[in-house]
Amino acid sequence: MSGPRAPLRVAVVYPDLLGTYGDGGNGLVLARRAEWRGLPAELLQAGSDRPLPDADIYCLGGGEDGPQVRAARALLDDGTLPARVARGAVVLAVCAGFQVVGRSFPGAGGDPHEGVGLLDIETVKGTGRRAVGEVLAEPTGVDGLPVLTGFENHGGRTSLVPGTTTVALGTVTAGVGNGGGDGSEGAVRGHVLGTYLHGPVLARNPALADRLLAWALGDVVLSSLDDAAAEELRAERLAAVGGHRRRRALRRARRRGAPPGTGAPAAH
Amino acid sequence: MRAQVAQAATRAVNATSRRLGRGQGTVAGGRVGLRIDPGLLEHLSAGRQVVLVTGTNGKTTTSHLVTVGLGASGDAVVSNGTGSNMPPGQVAALAGSKAHRAVLETDEVYLPRVLTATAAEAVVLLNLSRDQLDRTNEVRMVAGRWRAALAAAPWVQVVANADDPLVVWGAGAARSVHWVGVGLRWQLDAVGCPACEGRIEFSGGTWACTACDFAKPAPEAWLERTPGGAARLVRAEGRKLEFQLVLPGAFNEANAVMAAVAAEACGVDAADALQAMEAVEEVAGRFTVRRFGPVRARLMLAKNPAGWDELLDLVAESDAPVVVSINARVADGADPSWLWDVPYERLTGRTVVATGDRVRDLSVRLQYAGVAHRTEPDPVHAVALAAAGTDRVVDVIGNYTAFHDLLGAPA
Repeated sequence: MSGPRAPLRVAVVYPDLLGTYGDGGNGLVLARRAEWRGLPAELLQAGSDRPLPDADIYCLGGGEDGPQVRAARALLDDGTLPARVARGAVVLAVCAGFQVVGRSFPGAGGDPHEGVGLLDIETVKGTGRRAVGEVLAEPTGVDGLPVLTGFENHGGRTSLVPGTTTVALGTVTAGVGNGGGDGSEGAVRGHVLGTYLHGPVLARNPALADRLLAWALGDVVLSSLDDAAAEELRAERLAAVGGHRRRRALRRARRRGAPPGTGAPAAH
Repeated sequence: MRAQVAQAATRAVNATSRRLGRGQGTVAGGRVGLRIDPGLLEHLSAGRQVVLVTGTNGKTTTSHLVTVGLGASGDAVVSNGTGSNMPPGQVAALAGSKAHRAVLETDEVYLPRVLTATAAEAVVLLNLSRDQLDRTNEVRMVAGRWRAALAAAPWVQVVANADDPLVVWGAGAARSVHWVGVGLRWQLDAVGCPACEGRIEFSGGTWACTACDFAKPAPEAWLERTPGGAARLVRAEGRKLEFQLVLPGAFNEANAVMAAVAAEACGVDAADALQAMEAVEEVAGRFTVRRFGPVRARLMLAKNPAGWDELLDLVAESDAPVVVSINARVADGADPSWLWDVPYERLTGRTVVATGDRVRDLSVRLQYAGVAHRTEPDPVHAVALAAAGTDRVVDVIGNYTAFHDLLGAPA
């Protein structure tokens, strides 16, 4: 049976509350990558003053502490997101949005707030400095993806709840990631994927964008696109992080008094 | 005594660093002076009438406009005019002048400290929006600190943008506030009410929280447009002052109105102040038309989504070639994710060349915006590439260090 396919609906959730860190770009990336393949797509900006619209993919982004609490309350009051996920909707949740779709997260004062519970994660306020900088993560929670690159900026520390179906998205090779002590970054349960990576993450990792599209579209085979610009960006960011690590190792070696050029020991 | 030694040291280091061509010497000398006398900013401010100008966008331009406006009185006015807006730059400027009136551009986060040190007579609060989130603070935190600092400074006159809820929150506990209506194009950072858990709704030139009584205060002055399209400052009691700036853009008209109200708070007639501002052609290189070989380019600075939003509107007034340049050095912030909040879609159909250290991030953003463009990592070459085949003045918009790279590039 063939016929015109209903447009793919991509909703950017609460850009008025969770739109602070450029993550609205994830919705744009998904919609364009569908359209570039001839698949009609609709990009919805879903404000927090309205009921959550019907969509195939929901994107949540980063935001400030106060608005984050409001976003969680609005999603809980709305109440429809878990049922939509149970019916097959895909969720990409970044930073504050990632924390919001977990079980609990800290407000501005560190007091715990209830999350939407789509991922079995718990976030508490970190005690040290904010995690700010470039991140690289080897994906473990989704098969067949290349290394993930992004920029993190968060004070929360996130742990996966053991004994659940939620797994880490990846293992951090540079940066902090979840910061819960296990070296993990992000979390995945079914078609709900959370991460700390900005960039936006789907602009820097087009293969991840296509995986979310494949989850949402099911039977459609995705043709390849010209990602030369994104590949150049990825190569640059990977090299930049590698360079930082080499320079850090060299500085440490110098502080220890090792003569330059003798092969600084690897960082540990 | 210590203060005098510190002042002399500040001037000496400034002079030396200028002679050595190491820049304007506005920070190095100030640092030395502050090390000798940590109270130097306080000592140098004593006996002067100090005006502080802060906000996310328009600080440098508005500081210059206030300086020019106060100058209409005939008095000498000193200002840290190069954008060095923290205490070292402020100390350096004050150490080099005996002027009674001083205008100090002040970093948003430093406002409380500088306010205490200078015992400023007036503070201008322009706007607050997202900017360099990896190195500064979230905007609600900044607004809260302004509020506490201004509540503790009952002597100060605040000139505040009544159209920005975060500014109104920041100014709301001050004893004396001149509310000025100059608009707020970028409203996305102000939706969550800073006073409660409600949301701010904007409509018909005003705003209010849906859950509490936090709302736009009645302005005593505002910017409006005459039927003929000219800008004018209107006072609630009826006075109307028409003005026409050489500086382009509606955002600069807003800056001029804020500056005129500040000048008036300091005893200079707003009409005289505005008249002096009308002649300003460029501010610290912004809007300068300069040559790169045979090519002419108008240089503009936008460092965050709100600033880009304004300048993209400005360049939409013509179809000149456009160069966009993005760096992510320390002064820019290390994370250019904010490019995805900038409506680059408005450049569709134009001749566009992307450049700067982060040209690759920019190129991916433009690709998803549907903006055909070329990339050229070297900014001077990018200007030449954009101009090829035309004799048009190229519009160049860069963020902080990208702008200064081009401003300082050899002709």
